[in-house]
Amino acid sequence: MDKQTPAVSLRHITKAFGSKVVANKDVSMDIMRGEILALLGENGSGKTTLMNMLSGIYRQDSGVIYVDGNEVHITSPKDAFDLGIGMIHQHFKLVDVFTATENVALGMDKKTTGGAKEIAKAIADICDRYGFDIDPKQKVYNMTVSQKQTLEIVKTLYRGANILILDEPTAVLTPQETDKLFAVLRNMKADGKSIIIITHKLNEVLAISDRVAILRKGEFIGDVKTSEASVQSLTDMMVGAKVELDIERPLIEDRPLLLSVSHLTCLDKYGVKALDDVSFDAYGGEILGIAGISGSGQKQLLEAIAGLQKAEAGSSITYNDIEKGETEELIGKSVSEIKKMGVALSFVPEDRLGMGLVGTMGMSDNMMLRSYQKGSIIFTDRKTPRDLATKVKEELEVVTPNINTPVRKLSGGNVQKVLVGREIASDPKVLMAAYAVRGLDINTSYTIYRLLNEQKKKGSAVIYVGEDLDVLIALCDRIAVLCGGKLNGIVDGRTVTKEEVGLLMTHIDDSKKEDEA
Amino acid sequence: MVAAFIHRAIMQGIPLLFGATGEIVTEKSGNLNLGIPGVMYVGGISGVIGAFLYENSLADKSQANGFLAIMIPMLCCLLGSLIMGLIYSFLTTTLRANQNVTGLAITTFGVGLGNFFGGSLIKIVGADVPSITLSVTSKFFSASLPFASNLGWFGEIFLSYGFLAYLAIIIAIVTSLYLKKTRSGLNLRAVGENPATADAAGINVTRYKYVSTCVGSMIAGLGGLYYVMDYANGIWSNNAFGDRGWLAIALVIFTVWKPNFAIIGSIIFGGLYIVHNYLNQFFPFIPVDMSTQELIKMAPYVITVLVLIVNSMRRKRESQPPEALGLSYFREDR
Repeated sequence: MDKQTPAVSLRHITKAFGSKVVANKDVSMDIMRGEILALLGENGSGKTTLMNMLSGIYRQDSGVIYVDGNEVHITSPKDAFDLGIGMIHQHFKLVDVFTATENVALGMDKKTTGGAKEIAKAIADICDRYGFDIDPKQKVYNMTVSQKQTLEIVKTLYRGANILILDEPTAVLTPQETDKLFAVLRNMKADGKSIIIITHKLNEVLAISDRVAILRKGEFIGDVKTSEASVQSLTDMMVGAKVELDIERPLIEDRPLLLSVSHLTCLDKYGVKALDDVSFDAYGGEILGIAGISGSGQKQLLEAIAGLQKAEAGSSITYNDIEKGETEELIGKSVSEIKKMGVALSFVPEDRLGMGLVGTMGMSDNMMLRSYQKGSIIFTDRKTPRDLATKVKEELEVVTPNINTPVRKLSGGNVQKVLVGREIASDPKVLMAAYAVRGLDINTSYTIYRLLNEQKKKGSAVIYVGEDLDVLIALCDRIAVLCGGKLNGIVDGRTVTKEEVGLLMTHIDDSKKEDEA
Repeated sequence: MVAAFIHRAIMQGIPLLFGATGEIVTEKSGNLNLGIPGVMYVGGISGVIGAFLYENSLADKSQANGFLAIMIPMLCCLLGSLIMGLIYSFLTTTLRANQNVTGLAITTFGVGLGNFFGGSLIKIVGADVPSITLSVTSKFFSASLPFASNLGWFGEIFLSYGFLAYLAIIIAIVTSLYLKKTRSGLNLRAVGENPATADAAGINVTRYKYVSTCVGSMIAGLGGLYYVMDYANGIWSNNAFGDRGWLAIALVIFTVWKPNFAIIGSIIFGGLYIVHNYLNQFFPFIPVDMSTQELIKMAPYVITVLVLIVNSMRRKRESQPPEALGLSYFREDR
């Protein structure tokens, strides 16, 4: 065991996309054996790009990579495997219609792996060793997100990886699943493996890592021992300036009823009940949080309110128009009618470009998608969207060469800023934001929280679907918890604890979710 | 009469089986090759050119060597369809052109190319009818077992075809086993389902796409060869191949991307394709006029639409098209 030679050394790595966007600039860093290194940085700071070069997805423009002290040329993912480097991508690299075994066997030589039986046995061995649990014969499309991630890790270990890179592994996990993952990572560390973890959740960084390396705008800023770091010090390093880290929660006295949902039942595309008899009210001047494991019906709930999802008979969603003093039924109305009433949906799906934005259009054209119907003459108004795009770009610090650059070319976090910025700018009465900060760095996240609070102060009802329970508890006035499509309770955000919400998220006796014990 | 109908249905079905198997192999790599009708057409005319050159090089046509008479047209056919597959692969995989547009262009190009050479050959021969006959070559291609005709209906249904018909079925079975059982087949399916995953697993996506598209094209091209040499008795006339190429693509959907289903599927399609000729024989008490027959001709397409509807409604994950079908893959895309 040579503890002195780093497992991986990066020296002067530079990578640019096109001529304008420099993703990494002269990055040099080391990863030791038996170490968990957290890689931290704002959105678009080049963390994923840097790791993609290690795993062979991208090729650096200049610079050298050393593995165990030897210079290596990683030109394809296969090269990376041969060097013992494995990456768990943010979007899982699994084939849905294959079984776990088939996914593990993919790209491998039958001579070295043997048949399905041998692979299944090897999977069982790895599971025993590190405490995983997967069924080799299960099809991936039947797996939960956490199972898919487990399979990814097993696949990587099966290929003999000694250096594991995890790109935002906890983004889609419940707190319990995250704890389980961390236990496994500690086992692997004890086994002498090197682990690089990319995450935006600073409390997790502090909990799991030994050392933190920080990137800012593609450059390596420095590293600190986790034991000497705090949330505040890491944030300041990441952003390069002092950041206010308190989420405010003003109490608004005047809270008129704006939206009430009663007995809402929706089916998903397979004809299974995605929402089962859900009833709640949303008030102006209040942020209502929606908590739940991903896929518990959040999507259907918001889409039903926005008019995108068909509701079953007996459901009712009413909107109280205070100015007119009328109450209107939303079910049966078209998407644009609902939008005109001032109910806006800013939904950030897992696939950010899938809904709400057109990837090949620039920021200003995407702004126009909301307003093209306005105006009295037949020509579209291009100036207003352009001004709005400029405003969003400046206010949310969107990194883009130009407001007309196709949004597809922006990094994930920046795409999200465009989407959220546009919805908030439309000044809605009811603003629904789902996963608005998913994948966003801490600085931008706080900007979004501030914007949501501004809406709240204006008297809008904000419905916020979030994943980070700490944030939900700090930001929301009330939290509605969904579990398997049922509303499992509405709690007061000021008094509830994280554990109570976590329990409500997972605990309905007849639910099909696996036992989290 | 029923045996004769089944016999004709199988004869009709074999070109479709070649085309569908080729297209399945191609589509499993994520390439939606709508150029298959053109590829099959080129496969046919290439075989015709090969056979024409060989027959004309002989002083006495009755002295033709069976081995050469089969191998020359066959190699020409494979080469012709391989070139078409290469053009398609280069455009879609290397240059990442739109697959639908490229496919349709290949079809237009292939049919035009076939008609051009077909027309030229007819002119060279100076025939009275607008067709060219390669009876010597055809004799070898359509030769069936000598005792088949003595075995009554059994012989007529099972043994009365040229060797290419049996080759089609063998290729379909082998392809099916390859996709299901072998490691390389697993990799190929992964490329079609999720190329980014396949790439991350160390599979050479570009190579798989090229090889499967080219092999698929060569298999499909044999369908064109079978059509001219066996089904049409060596007579090539322009546009006689008809819409069989599109029917082959419909068959791929009908068989939910499974070559072994395609064997039965092709016979069903073949039967539906010609059933209008037999209606008056089967049901003499119901008179069917010409216009109704034309309506019945669309049965294979109607059934394909029905299969699509049923499949979309059932949403069984295994009977869906490869997930990345029709999409180009670029590693550094983001």
